[in-house]
Amino acid sequence: MSLSGRDKTIVKSFWDKIGSRSADIGAEALGRMLRVFPQTKTYFAHWSDLGPDSPQVRKHGSVIMAAVGEAIGKIDDLTGALSSLSELHAFKLRVDPANFRILAHNLIVVIASYFPADFTPEAHVSFDKFLMRLAFALSERYR
Amino acid sequence: MVEWTEQERTTITNIFTNLNYEDVGPKALCRCLIVYPWTQRYFGAFGNLYNAEAIMSNPNIAAHGITVLHGLDRAVKNMDNIKATYAELSVLHSEKLHVDPDNFKLLSDCLTIVIAAKLGKDFTPETQATFQKFLAVVVSALGRQYH
Repeated sequence: MSLSGRDKTIVKSFWDKIGSRSADIGAEALGRMLRVFPQTKTYFAHWSDLGPDSPQVRKHGSVIMAAVGEAIGKIDDLTGALSSLSELHAFKLRVDPANFRILAHNLIVVIASYFPADFTPEAHVSFDKFLMRLAFALSERYR
Repeated sequence: MVEWTEQERTTITNIFTNLNYEDVGPKALCRCLIVYPWTQRYFGAFGNLYNAEAIMSNPNIAAHGITVLHGLDRAVKNMDNIKATYAELSVLHSEKLHVDPDNFKLLSDCLTIVIAAKLGKDFTPETQATFQKFLAVVVSALGRQYH
């Protein structure tokens, strides 16, 4: 399910629309993931606070979204763009790649709630495809 | 057996009491058919599904979306026995409709997203957790009778 030219255009323009709200969206998505899919908390046992207003969650959510934004800038070569992050997740963090889908789902839930009119089914399918490719690139170095 | 707190029961009842079935049902089904186009395999007899516009203006799809959403009413009314409530529907989806049960999760994700878009800030993380728990129980019950 590779990204068409149309998908890339839609993803880039939606990212522009998201603009400065990306940090909030990332923070909220991460917080929701920890609450709605509690098994994901196992990767963050070293944080003192996993609640929705946790400064650690907020900070990490914005770190994640910054990486997503960078990936969008290099959307024609996601594997290359995410190579070192993939190594980090594969060898150091050892996050089961199934969890990338879970976070992607929560990102989409938050985006839909922030942009109910703009997040049309067409925008949704392109974004969903992009996040799947992102997850795939992130798991590239695992084995 | 699935345990529900009073808060969870209230959350689910409130969502469905305030739901506009005629709006949310079609939106959820259309989104599923557009975002996960392989799900169109079950709707060969429904007419034109050629592109997103065709899907979203297809009256058969809209009607079916409403039917499916009303199907959730049974679970809302029988939250303590969702498995038994859907036994017959599960057999139907397996033996007659031949629907891959993975599709139930896809539709339930789309429904979650449509509700999130509708409720905005009111779709709090707590609400989302309860709603997704409810849908997970329904999805499990619908897949239960497959063999």
